[in-house]
Amino acid sequence: MTIRKLLVANRGEIAVRIIRAAKALGLSTVQVHSTADTESLAVRMADEAVDIGPPTARKSYLNIDAIISAARATGADAVHPGYGFLAENADFADAVVAAGLVFVGPEGASIRLLGDKAAARREAIAAGVPVVPGSEGVVHDIEDALRVGGGLGYPVMIKAAAGGGGRGIRVAHDAGELTALFPQARAEAEAAFGSGGLYLEKYIARARHVEVQILGDGRHVVHCFDRECSLQRRRQKIWEEAPAACVPADIREELCTSAVRLAQRVGYRGAGTVEYLYDEDARWFYFIEVNTRIQVEHPVTEMVTGIDLIQEMIRIAGGEQLRFRQDDISIDGHSIECRINAEDPARDFLPAPGTISRLVVPQSAGVRFDTMLFEGYTVPPFYDSLLGKLIVHAKTRMDALQKLRIALDGLSIEGVATTLPLHASLANDPFVATGDVDTRFLEAWLAGSFPKERV
Amino acid sequence: MSKVELKSHLPGIFYRRPSPDAAPYKNDGDAFAKGDVVGLIEVMKSFHEVKASAAGQNIRFIADDADAVMAGQVLAEADA
Repeated sequence: MTIRKLLVANRGEIAVRIIRAAKALGLSTVQVHSTADTESLAVRMADEAVDIGPPTARKSYLNIDAIISAARATGADAVHPGYGFLAENADFADAVVAAGLVFVGPEGASIRLLGDKAAARREAIAAGVPVVPGSEGVVHDIEDALRVGGGLGYPVMIKAAAGGGGRGIRVAHDAGELTALFPQARAEAEAAFGSGGLYLEKYIARARHVEVQILGDGRHVVHCFDRECSLQRRRQKIWEEAPAACVPADIREELCTSAVRLAQRVGYRGAGTVEYLYDEDARWFYFIEVNTRIQVEHPVTEMVTGIDLIQEMIRIAGGEQLRFRQDDISIDGHSIECRINAEDPARDFLPAPGTISRLVVPQSAGVRFDTMLFEGYTVPPFYDSLLGKLIVHAKTRMDALQKLRIALDGLSIEGVATTLPLHASLANDPFVATGDVDTRFLEAWLAGSFPKERV
Repeated sequence: MSKVELKSHLPGIFYRRPSPDAAPYKNDGDAFAKGDVVGLIEVMKSFHEVKASAAGQNIRFIADDADAVMAGQVLAEADA
């Protein structure tokens, strides 16, 4: 491998995770950090640390020039972007390469192509990947919308072409609603995104979120099977599993090979995730988007496949070919991950930065806790609230759930409010136990079944 | 004349405007009523409004837009 010194352009638990992977590969490490993260675990673990600016992410973790200067100053030869921050910024990937360094991720052109929702959908269609039935591009006026809506069948979703993260989405249950909502959606899209372009999609009432992990070396692509991440609050995943228990074996094969076809078509290099909606009633899946980075929930895939995805990303970036053929990769057992956030579920998930006064981590076979916490660490208010990910692995989903209940009970984080009580309740919920959930389950459950006094 | 202090109830980043291209909630010298929003605190990627605890006039901001602030820090002063 050509990489000797890896710079970690991220923070928190993923920075710790990347440093561990780099050390396992015998690389030296450079951790860049804001002034708010001087005392972080990643800074302590890395061989070198470079201050890249003030707490505000825009002035540090999003500051491309500062990160590249740090790489030059320390003689790093590669940059791992983690997730969030600059991980899916094509200009950053290009800047890293232009500076003569290796970007641990896809080429800037791939990030740009797959990050454009309309272009990604076109690539998916060309690769024979099912997409949610919808309008061909932007719908121009109400007459056009009614014609498309009638063709798709109601209910339909009205989406802002320039939107994202669920903003600007409306659901019309019939032609009358569509007529009423279309002008509102256009005005809102213009105000929010500066473009009133709208498109229509068939609305899937009981959708699950499933996704396929891919690894490519620019020539060959393999999948590392699927995950389900239907438990979401405000479109943020909080609980993920591998494999997706809702997907039958024959559909799994089609689902996973469709992701490979798409990645193969664009010559994908690195780790990526192809996201889908899964319609359980129709037993069919629909492409949503490609994430051209490592994802928060990658550990559940690592647990069931035995593949260290971060190490593989680094090896691929270092010029190695894929070390696996598809036949070498199989699913062993079941894995569940809970995202433990510094948020108070009893106070509408109010963020809870502060100092960790006590930390007890359960130690047992098949239990993993990816975290940047240590006793005495102060969680700063400037970044996301993820404190750690509790991950379990067992022979069956039922065994994994039982292991999770015990592990949640054994994990103690004191000093800040956390979402641990929420996960304890979910792990004991009969709907979660049977897997009878969809992407809207958690918010409804929180509104009904999680009264404040239970926390 | 007595003074009104407007404090942050959370640690985080203080913003004086609802979005980067919007006008500030209040300009120096403005009057405000109890409950008026005078700024936002971004904490762990979520935004929380800072509301005036009492009415006042001639507001003078001490914290700048995009400053890191601590819980309890005085963001602005005004005349009661």
